Amino acid sequence: MPTFVYMTRCDGCGHCVDICPSDIMHIDKTYRRAYNIEPNMCWECYSCVKACPQNAIDVRGYADFAPLGHSVRVNRDEEKGTIAWKIKFRNGEEKNFLSPITTKPWGQAIPQLADVPGPSQEMRDSQLLYNEPKYIRMDEGGLHTLEANGLKLKKGVYY
Amino acid sequence: MFASNPFAELSATISPALMQGFVWVMILCVVLGTLYDVIHKRSAAYFFENMRSAKAKADKQIDGGEKLSIAVQTAVNEVALSSEFCNQRRRIAHLLGMYGFVIYVIATAVLVFAYPTPATPAPSALVALWYIGALMICVGGYWFWFFIRVDVAAEGSSPFRLMRADLFIVSLVLSATFGLLWAWLQTAGVAGWDMVFLGLYLVATTVLFAGVPWSKFSHMFFKPAAAFEKRISKANGSAENLPTLTRDDPEQQKRHSMELLQDAPMQMGLGIKREAPRHY
Repeated sequence: MPTFVYMTRCDGCGHCVDICPSDIMHIDKTYRRAYNIEPNMCWECYSCVKACPQNAIDVRGYADFAPLGHSVRVNRDEEKGTIAWKIKFRNGEEKNFLSPITTKPWGQAIPQLADVPGPSQEMRDSQLLYNEPKYIRMDEGGLHTLEANGLKLKKGVYY
Repeated sequence: MFASNPFAELSATISPALMQGFVWVMILCVVLGTLYDVIHKRSAAYFFENMRSAKAKADKQIDGGEKLSIAVQTAVNEVALSSEFCNQRRRIAHLLGMYGFVIYVIATAVLVFAYPTPATPAPSALVALWYIGALMICVGGYWFWFFIRVDVAAEGSSPFRLMRADLFIVSLVLSATFGLLWAWLQTAGVAGWDMVFLGLYLVATTVLFAGVPWSKFSHMFFKPAAAFEKRISKANGSAENLPTLTRDDPEQQKRHSMELLQDAPMQMGLGIKREAPRHY
């Protein structure tokens, strides 16, 4: 499902080149627009799609599971702190999602890890990861349930 | 220098009719070049096909009044203020070049047609506008060429590496630069060199206007059309299949996925866009 660039919308700003973890988004040396230099190496992370200020990058789904006529488009509005998705199926069905991507203004809630006390020897010897959420721990108090942790089951996807 | 009409001074050597004929040929080149570009690249066919497809996918139909309002918004935001640029330096450079070009071209046409000889002295403000327009093109153009464009600023390419895609910007800045140098040499009375720079000015200007099919010149017609189409698609709900849900909408604030943002400010500031993309 590699990415491709609508050349008429791209203004060659370079955000996709900067963010691509696979380093395959490059600026064309002749036209100064972005393009995917190696679609086989694209791991469909959508980083460039979300970062593009002009919404000029889209993802071409492989025909076996995303037949012609579908559309998966995303709009990452970092100033509002949200990400929105619009999924269109080839039969015309449409699904829209809107979710937060941050709950605090950018750059204001950076963890001060230098102030956190270092792990004790006991913690170092443990198999648990640093800051492992208590909800996934199975080694104390038996099985954790939503009620036991003060949570409620809600319909749909909950972040 | 800024008060001297270079075309009136030139009328001693070249007849005003010849200068006016040259301007007409350049206008014809732009019209024919743009039409050729439209037919050859099938850009108009693509544009109208895209409009039809967006209309078919539209949630609501746009009436004439709303279209007019969108056209005005496009003219103010995208055309007059170049709001589509995210990089503010690039936006300022573009505005300098754009307004410089408009002033320079209009002032040239008025000077050549209305004040072609010293017998019909041009208002000093109009003559000054020709110089100001050319200087604005030089400032915006060279700033962009040497410091802003992505292959120099971010990819480390040499600013002197030329491609066919550079035809428009290079011929534009060279036309303005050679025009200014010619006017200065002519006013200073440097015989010989003024004619050399007049020749270079004419060559650069001819390449600028006659090279429309191979250059980016016609973007000044296509870009407003594309911006208008983009706004129309947003207004009719098709939005190029992009999501239209936003946090501003009170209905969307009620979604349970948005509970975490109930008390958060509406403006979260800039995240990854805080830094210019230059970590290639």
